[in-house]
This record gives sequence, structure tokens and C-alpha cells, in this order.
Amino acid sequence: MSAAADVIARPSLPALGRFRGLMNAVLGIGLLLALWWLGGWMIARDPDLFAFASFAPGPTLTRLWEMIVAGEVVGMSTPSLYRVGMGLALAIAIGVPVGILIGRIPVLREITNVPFQFLRMISPLSWMPIAVMAYDTWDGAIIFLIFVAAVWPILFATAAGLRRIDPAWLKVARNLGANPFHMLFVVILPAISVDILTGIRLALGVAWVVLVPAEYLGVTSGLGYSINDARDTLDYASLGATVVIIGVIGFALDAALMAAIKHVNWVRSDA
Amino acid sequence: MGDPMMPEPIDRRRPADPTLPTPRPTGAHVSVRGLCHTYRKADGPVLQDIGFAVEPGEILALLGRSGCGKSTLLHMVSGLTMPTAGEVVINGNAVRGPSPRWVMMFQAPSLYPWMTVAQNAALGLRFARRMHAAKTRVPEVLDLVDLGGLADRNAQELSGGQQQRVALARSLAPKPEVLLLDEPFSALDAFTRRNLQQDVRRIARNLGLTMMIVTHDVGEAVRMADRVLVLDANPGRIAHDVTMTLSDADRNGGTEAFQREHTRLMQTYSAVAQITDTA
Repeated sequence: MSAAADVIARPSLPALGRFRGLMNAVLGIGLLLALWWLGGWMIARDPDLFAFASFAPGPTLTRLWEMIVAGEVVGMSTPSLYRVGMGLALAIAIGVPVGILIGRIPVLREITNVPFQFLRMISPLSWMPIAVMAYDTWDGAIIFLIFVAAVWPILFATAAGLRRIDPAWLKVARNLGANPFHMLFVVILPAISVDILTGIRLALGVAWVVLVPAEYLGVTSGLGYSINDARDTLDYASLGATVVIIGVIGFALDAALMAAIKHVNWVRSDA
Repeated sequence: MGDPMMPEPIDRRRPADPTLPTPRPTGAHVSVRGLCHTYRKADGPVLQDIGFAVEPGEILALLGRSGCGKSTLLHMVSGLTMPTAGEVVINGNAVRGPSPRWVMMFQAPSLYPWMTVAQNAALGLRFARRMHAAKTRVPEVLDLVDLGGLADRNAQELSGGQQQRVALARSLAPKPEVLLLDEPFSALDAFTRRNLQQDVRRIARNLGLTMMIVTHDVGEAVRMADRVLVLDANPGRIAHDVTMTLSDADRNGGTEAFQREHTRLMQTYSAVAQITDTA
């Protein structure tokens, strides 16, 4: 049989074409649920671990539904979202301008390279004692820790984006009479918008991870506090439900940023 | 008194009525005086004692081999590079930096890929805070470069020649007095290049623009320029000032007159550039 005949004879699944991505996503979620259920089933059978059986999908999802209906989910998520939002906003406000400066001025990049790389490698949570001492409020300390975690990806992504700008774009703008304001808002920022948003997406991932341990600090609200509280009260169904909430919100924020990146991305792959 | 039945003879050199506007070029007078430029002292001067003038509406080509400093000279006329010594004066004003009054077109169109064709063309007006004028001016210049139907297309969807036409529209939109072209057609195929050479000359002539074009292509200089400055290298200086005596009809090539001017310029260029094979 020839190769062409072999291709023709191969069965095709035309109906799957459009929905392949969705079906694979559903399959992935199904696998995760199956593993979760299997883990819960094994814990329930183990005499040493059966006290943690509420981690299984059944009790966790039941408790999650109760928390949604009672409005607890909104109550525990809002302070966390506020802290992450503030920390991220600060990181953007400082990371983007500094990133532009070090991307644009080579000598500044050389001076800051070693200190910034050194500071970047320090775990944000290492700053916890200093943050507690430096800030009057727990909220301030948590926002600072999120800022420390989030600023580096934004700063480095912005600087890298700036170094990739076609120098001819700047020359053309200068030639047409652009002032520094035009140069920044008409040329530089649109040119590096994808880099900035990619940096923010990375920063959000790190910030969301840092949030939970940061909220173990003295606060009495937020998702991290709820995890800690559920552990202390041995309410493992609530603990499991809070973990699900953290995952869902994190996923939704990441998806929103992905959509924003897709929206501002000016690279045409078909051009 | 003349016969009232006969039309009055028209003097095309001067308007009959002095109150009517005189049809004169919109281009500016460019004067380059004692221009020198050195990038690094150790390398010596790139350009030395360059002086010439370009009349309003004149199209001047700067012809020379790579490295003779012709591009640097054009950058200094545009104000993008400042000379080590000497000055460029446009309509009596010394050039201190770039301006929408003297606009440069580069080898690569360098359009902004996140903008549409119309947004790219409107850029100079946007920088000059004249966006209200862009509403009428942008369709006008896009029509001028034969891209009227592509205003809303993304710049990345266009061919190389079309992109260079957008770059031309972008340069023309602020109504410059001097258009400076830095080998703008060298990356295009021969057919597109020829079309653009003809169109740019026609547009510049119709608008009365003063134009300076940098090239190392003798054919391009013959097709486009009224006058050609042949530059010598190391250091760059003017070796010959050649006036082209071709009619517009002869500039498309293929005629005896074109061939004669081409040969004459090629011989001058070859002697200066020390090219042995003039075929």
C-alpha cells in the first residue's frame, strides 16, 4: 500500500476538531478529580490517616458549596485580593519605570545588574521579620512582601522588552518630531506592552503563592488566615475548600491576564 | 488695446495679475556650509568641508560608494546627527534638530506594527498635535501614494513596496519643505523599486518639494535627480557636481538620452570611486 493510500485509509475524527481543546481540558480536570478521589479513598482506608478523610472530594466540595451560599468565599477572598492588588500595583508602579530606565540606559543596567540579581534571589518570605518591624499594620507588611515578590519579574521583563525594541522605531519618531512624552506613550509602551503584561502574569503567579504564607502573619482575614484557622480547628473540609478557592481564583486571574496579553499582542503570526 | 475677441496671451513665467498667488515650489532652500564630521578622532574625519546649496523644488542625489559618508551627510541635514563643524541652513534657519519641516525616509520603512496604515501615516501630525488636520490630510496622502483603500489595514499585512509607500505618506503628511531619502528603495525588488522611483519623483515635482536622495545606484540617480553630487571617500568630500539634462519622459529609461546621461554619470562615478569595470 502506498503512503498516500495509507493516509486516505486512516480514520479521521472530524467532529473532534473544533472541540479538541475543550475535551482535553475536561479530560485533564477529570484526571485531577480522579487522583484526588483516589487519594481521599486511600487516606480514609489508612488507620493512621483516616482523621484527614475530609480532604476527599465529597466533604470538600460539600463544604465549598456551603461557603459559597453563606458568602464566606467573598468574605475571605476580598482581603486577599486587596492585598495582592495593592502589592502588584506597587510592583507595576516601580517595576515598569525602573525597567524602562535600565533597559534604555546601558550604564544604569550595568550598575544595577549585580544588586538586583542578588536581591531577586532572596526569598520574599525572608523579609517577613523586617516587614513586621517596618510596618504599623499587618496589611502593610503583607503588601510589602507581595511587592517584593512581584517587582522583579515585572522589572526584568520590562527591561528585556525595551532592549528588543527596534532602534529604527525610535529614530523614526525622533525624525517626525516626537518629544519624550510621545516617545514613551506612542512608541515605547505599546512596543513593550506584551513584555510588561507577561512580567505581570509571572509576578501574579509568584504573588499568589507568597500570599498564603504571608497571611499566616497576625491578620484575621484572607485566604491564608482561613487555611491556618482551619488547620488549627481541625476543619479539614474547610481547609480543602479554601485550597480549591485559592486555585480557582489564581487560575481565573491568570486567564484574565492571558486574555489581556492576547488582546495587546501586535505580532501577526499570519503576516 | 488688443482684439476683445482674441484671448489674452498667457505669460507662464509670471502671473498676469499680481494679486493672484504665485505658483511657486513649497520646497525650501537648503544650504550646507563647511560641514565636517568625525565619529572618532583616531579614525579621522568622515566628511570634510562639504558645501553646496539646493534650490527650492530641486531634486538632488548624493552618489557615492559605501562608507563615503553620504548617509551621515543626510542625517546631518535632517538634524538627527549634529556636525562636528559647519552648519546646515534651511530657508535661513540653522538646523538644530529634527523637525516635521525636513523629514527623512529610511532604507527600512520601520512602520509601527501595532498601528493601522492610517495611524502610521498620521504619526507626524500626532506628534505636532494636529490630529484634527489628520482626518483630511491622511486620506489625501494615502491617495497620493496609491494606498487609499488600505487605510484600516494593519501595517504588517502589506508588502515591502506598500510599506515603503506608507512610510512616504507618513513623511508627506506634515507637509515638509524638504524630503530626505536615505536609500529608501534598496531593499525592494527591481520592478517595485522602479515604480517607486517614478512615483516619488512625480509626487515631489507636483508638490514642488526640495528633495535629497542618498544612493549608490547610478540608474536611480539618473531616474530621479535634477542634479547629482558625486562623493569621494576617506574623507568624504564633493568630487563632482553634475546637472542632469533629461526630460521627465526620458527618465523611465530605454531612450538614447537616458543611456547617454547614464554613461556620462557612470564614467564620472567610476573615476571618483576608482571602479575599473563600468559595464
